[in-house]
Amino acid sequence: MTTAPLEKPTSIAKPRLSHNAIFWIGFCVVMVLLIVAPMVLPVFWRRFLTEVLIWGLLAMSSDLLIGYTGMVSFGHSAFFGLGMYGAAAALLLVSPPSLWLAIGLGLAGAAGAALFVAYFSTRLRDIYFAITTLIFSQIFYVIIFTWTPVTGGENGLIFTRPHLTIPFLYDARFTNATMHWFVLAVVTASYLILRRVTRSPFGMVLQSIRENEARTRAIGYPVERYKIVAVMLSGLFAGLAGVLYAIQNEFAAPDFVYFITSGDTVIFNVMGGIGTLVGPIVGAGFFQLIRELLSRLFGDQFPYLIPLGVIFIVMIIFLPQGLLGFARRWLNR
Amino acid sequence: MNTIIAFIQNIPLDLLLIQTVNGIVTGMILALVASGLTLIFGIMDVVNFAHGELFMLGAYVGVVVFALTGNFWIALILATMIVAILGAAMQILTLRPLIGRDPLTTILATFGISLILQNYVLWQFGPVARKISEPITTHFNLFYLEYPWYRLVIAGLSAALIGLFWVFLKQSKFGVWIRATTQDRVMAQAMGIPVPWVYTGVFAIGAALAAASGVLFAPMAGVTHTMGLDWVLKAFIVVVVGGMGSLGGSIAAAIFISLLEAYAAIWVSPAQAVIVSFIVLILTLLFRPTGLFVPTPK
Repeated sequence: MTTAPLEKPTSIAKPRLSHNAIFWIGFCVVMVLLIVAPMVLPVFWRRFLTEVLIWGLLAMSSDLLIGYTGMVSFGHSAFFGLGMYGAAAALLLVSPPSLWLAIGLGLAGAAGAALFVAYFSTRLRDIYFAITTLIFSQIFYVIIFTWTPVTGGENGLIFTRPHLTIPFLYDARFTNATMHWFVLAVVTASYLILRRVTRSPFGMVLQSIRENEARTRAIGYPVERYKIVAVMLSGLFAGLAGVLYAIQNEFAAPDFVYFITSGDTVIFNVMGGIGTLVGPIVGAGFFQLIRELLSRLFGDQFPYLIPLGVIFIVMIIFLPQGLLGFARRWLNR
Repeated sequence: MNTIIAFIQNIPLDLLLIQTVNGIVTGMILALVASGLTLIFGIMDVVNFAHGELFMLGAYVGVVVFALTGNFWIALILATMIVAILGAAMQILTLRPLIGRDPLTTILATFGISLILQNYVLWQFGPVARKISEPITTHFNLFYLEYPWYRLVIAGLSAALIGLFWVFLKQSKFGVWIRATTQDRVMAQAMGIPVPWVYTGVFAIGAALAAASGVLFAPMAGVTHTMGLDWVLKAFIVVVVGGMGSLGGSIAAAIFISLLEAYAAIWVSPAQAVIVSFIVLILTLLFRPTGLFVPTPK
C-alpha cells in the first residue's frame, strides 16, 4: 500500500489510479512479501509470522462484530478453542489423519458453539453482550477443563500433523514453508470473503445496526436475525483460526479456551484499528512484536503484559482508532 | 419416577444444612463484591472489568499488612483504604479522559487495568497461593463438623458493610450527590454537584468494597493472582441476574446463586458447580432479561 503513490506517474492510460487499483496493487505487494517471507526469514521469524497470521485471522473474525456490528465479543476463545478441539478430534479418531476432515470438524465445533452463544447473547446489547459472551466462553472452558476422559483435561490433546493434501493433485508432509503458505492462503481467502461480506448488502445492514440499531429495526430489518448470523459467521472464522493453530502446533490445550485468548483478541483489534479487517492483523503483529522485544530485552520472566497493558490504555485514550484507523474510511470505500 | 423419589430420599439433610450455611456465607461476600460493581455501573455506566482485580489486590495488600502487623483487623482497614486510594487514582488516570465516549471504551480501559494489576501481582508475589490466618479460631459444632465461627462473622460483617453503605447512600451528603447524579447527570452538574469528583468517589467506594471483601475472603481460601477473574465473573452473573443497577436485586441474586452452587457442590465437584450459575444466567436471559429480582418493567 505504501508503494501505491509511486505508481502514479507510470500509469498513462488514466491520469489517476482508481481507488480499486491502488487497493489491489497494495494487496499484491503485501501478498508477494508474505509469500517470499518463509524463503528469506530465519526459522524463528518464519514461525513468528505464521502465528501472527493465525492470530490475525482470529482478530479479523472478531472485527466483524466489534468494528462492523458494534458488538464487543469477549468470548472468541470459545470459538477458537472449539475449532482447535474439533480439529484434534478429527485428527485423533480418523486414521490416516485428514487435513480437510480436521477443518470440517473444527468448523462444525465452532459453529455449534457460535450458535449457542449467538442465540442467547444477541438478546442483549452493548456491555451486556460483552459480559454474556465472556460467561459463555467460560462455560466451554469449564466443560473442556473438567471433562478429562474426552478432552484430556488440563493436559489437552496431542496429535500429529496431517499431510497437506489437495485431492488427486498433491499429497506431502507439511514443511515449515508449506505450512506458512497454507496458513497464508486460508487467511487471505478469509480476508477476501470477509471483505466481500462487509461490503455486501448484509454487511451494510450490520453497519447500520452499529450506527443506529433502533432505526435499523424501524426500517424493517430483523435485527436479531442479522446479529445471530454475524456472530455465527464470526465464530466460524475464529474456529478456522483455531484449526490452523492446532495444526501448526500439534496440540489442543484448555488454556486457549480461557478468557486470556478472548482478551488478546480484543487487544489486537483495538491496537490495529477496528472496522478495517486488516487492522486486527497488524494489531496482532504489533502486540506479538512488542512482546518478543520485551522478553528479549528483559528476559523471559519479565511481565510483558504490564507495559503492553499501559500501551493499550494509552492507545484507547489517545489513539482510539488504532494503528490503521487513519485508513479506515479508505479501506471500506 | 421411582428414581426421583429415591434421589430425594437420599439427599443428606445434614449436608444440605451445612451447605446452606456455606452458601449464605459466600453469598454475603459475593453481595459485597457485586454491590460495588452495581454502584459503579449504575452511576458511571462503566462496567468495571477490573473489579475482580481490586478484590484480589485487596487480598494481597491484606496479606502484606498482615505479615507486617500480625493483626487481621488492621489489615482489613488498611487494605480497604489503600485500594480505595488506588481506585481513585485509576479512575482519574484512565476513566476520566473517557467520560462522554462510547461506554464500550470504558470496558476496554478497565480490562487493560485488570491485565496490568494481575500481571503486577504475579510478578511481585509469584504463582504460589498466600494465606492469612483466621482472626477468630474458635469453632462450634454443626452436626459432625466443627464449623468455624469466623465464617459466620464474615457473613455478619459483609451484611453490616452493605447496610452501612446503604445508610451512607441514603443519609450522607455525598450519598445524596451520588443519587442525584444517577438520576440526572446534567441537572446534577447544573445544581453545582462536582460530577467528575462524584465519579471518582464512587469508583473509590466500589474499590473499597471489593478490597474489603477480598480481605474477608482471604482466610477461607488461598490468595492467588487468578482469583479476580472467578469473582468478577460471578459478580457479573449476579448483577445480570439481579437486574443491572439494582442494589437489592444484586444482594438477593448473590445469595440465591451462592446457595445453588453450594447445593450443587454436594453432588459434583466445585469446579463443575459453577455451571449451575451459568445455567441460572441462561434461564434469566431467556425468560426475564431485565433480571430476576427486580419488578417487571412496564
